[in-house]
Amino acid sequence: MSTEHLPEHPEFLWRNPDPKKSYDAVIVGGGGHGLATAYFLAKNHGMTNIAILEKGWLAGGNMARNTTIIRSNYLWDESAAIYEHSLKLWEILPEELEYDFLFSQRGVMNLAHTLGDVRESMRRVGANQLNGIDAEWLDPKQVKELCPILNISDNIRYPVMGATYQPRAGIAKHDHVAWAFARKCDELGVDIIQNCEVTGFIKDGDKVTGVQTSRGTINTEKVGLCAAGHSSVLAEMAGFRLPIQSHPLQALVSELHEPVHPTVVMSNHVHVYVSQAHKGELVMGAGVDSYNGYGQRGSFHVIEEQMAAAVELFPIFARAHVLRTWGGIVDTTMDASPIVGTTPVENMFVNCGWGTGGFKGTPAAGLTFAHTIATGTPHELNKPFSLERFETGALIDEHGAAAVAH
Amino acid sequence: MLLFSCPNCGPRNETEFHYGGQAHVAYPEQPGELSDREWAEYLFYRKNTKGLFAERWVHSAGCRKWFNMVRDTVSYEIQAIYGMGEQPPEGLTAPPAAQAKSQPLAPAEASNTNASEGV
Ligand SMILES: Cc1cc2nc3c(=O)[nH]c(=O)nc-3n(C[C@H](O)[C@H](O)[C@H](O)COP(=O)(O)OP(=O)(O)OC[C@H]3O[C@@H](n4cnc5c(N)ncnc54)[C@H](O)[C@@H]3O)c2cc1C
Ligand SMILES: [Zn+2]
Repeated sequence: MSTEHLPEHPEFLWRNPDPKKSYDAVIVGGGGHGLATAYFLAKNHGMTNIAILEKGWLAGGNMARNTTIIRSNYLWDESAAIYEHSLKLWEILPEELEYDFLFSQRGVMNLAHTLGDVRESMRRVGANQLNGIDAEWLDPKQVKELCPILNISDNIRYPVMGATYQPRAGIAKHDHVAWAFARKCDELGVDIIQNCEVTGFIKDGDKVTGVQTSRGTINTEKVGLCAAGHSSVLAEMAGFRLPIQSHPLQALVSELHEPVHPTVVMSNHVHVYVSQAHKGELVMGAGVDSYNGYGQRGSFHVIEEQMAAAVELFPIFARAHVLRTWGGIVDTTMDASPIVGTTPVENMFVNCGWGTGGFKGTPAAGLTFAHTIATGTPHELNKPFSLERFETGALIDEHGAAAVAH
Repeated sequence: MLLFSCPNCGPRNETEFHYGGQAHVAYPEQPGELSDREWAEYLFYRKNTKGLFAERWVHSAGCRKWFNMVRDTVSYEIQAIYGMGEQPPEGLTAPPAAQAKSQPLAPAEASNTNASEGV
């Protein structure tokens, strides 16, 4: 057999270096947030002698398990500010990272099914508009015009009474987003080290000075935790606590279909969120399992309930087949808002608590967390999202307020 | 779906139950004397153990009674089910006795010394 016809091996997007003995900063977790943080540390703060340590493979956690919904129509000013900044970054990142990761601003609809939903939704539209966010209220007829496959009949268990709509919201290809950041990080000199589990921290008094890993000890000036569902496990190793509970969250896709679903539809009330991927799969997210769990799989009854609701809202889905289901471990907080800031351990910083909705926050998390690590103080946008808010009581309660939390 | 043995009703599907989070979290004995930090611990901080975890469940679609359970949060295997007010069987989880009499939830240092729960 001749090798003449074999194509060249495609270019690798990043090197696979061995860990050095020491770095100026180490980021724990090679998901979207870890990658974005390293990118902004290098790009905005000139910190290039840094490493990302990932226990598995790059973006094998929630980064490539989420349903990729991006929006900024959150209720409270603090959330609107950080998520809207994130959305603006999404709008420029494909060009900046020189990678078309198929960010598609096809709009996101949040359905209202009860009078309570309607009031909450209208309130949120008003709050969004005051914050300069593109939000609209749609009546059921307008809902149907935008998404013809939705059942707006009065005669279903939870009829559609209207929806909020954010036209600039949408979806992106999550694994490509990770690869885009990884390639740029690598170009800027960041070491991306996979199969490297952090197993402990070295401290000098209250100050962290290094990390123990499955690939040896690494000295570092600073540590940034971006471990999503495993944040409390790492915090415990470092000797502090986080107000986080980890839950399994799952999603599924159907086989490929012709384009039938033009936008993204989310329903808090029946807990379903659906879009159609570029290739044609229907992508649907479910709710979290009620209990704490690290099993990286969800319960079948959660999916069953979700499919019942989805088929009632989208009768056309009744003949679709489930191709694949999977779960991720999400880090939830009591106020459904993230924690980005300093910790009781000197030189250790934490970015976590994004729970079921942190994919959309990837660029802003990276930007603000990098600022916090580099300067030791929070960026304007993440100042309200400190760990201290659980003591001061200045919670940012996005439960319910944020429409469905993804 | 998990199968739980309710102490009153026997084996029933998980969907008949509701989750109540970490077990053995006592109401502070002297609420008036808590610092903001201690209130934060009581209200918002719970263990998030990877491994054996003592938690509460209520059989909401059955006898409507609460009970405790020790479950592995990775394999989801149930190791023990025991009544409210009882302690988990020896060796299954860090004895939360210190907390049960409590004083507010143990602060960070103290809870880290309860180290026999899986990490
Ligand atoms: C099913 C599902 C649907 C979702 N849908 C949406 C959505 O539509 N929109 C949205 O905005 N968000 C969504 N999310 C949430 C979003 O995925 C997360 O908030 C976000 O991905 C978290 O940040 P990350 O990408 O850095 O996390 P991850 O990709 O999970 O990164 C954390 C990394 O840390 C690593 N790690 C852990 N412990 C260690 C250790 N000891 N040493 C080294 N590395 C370690 C892990 O292996 C992992 O790769 C969804 C999540 C799930 C599970
Ligand atoms: Zn019972």
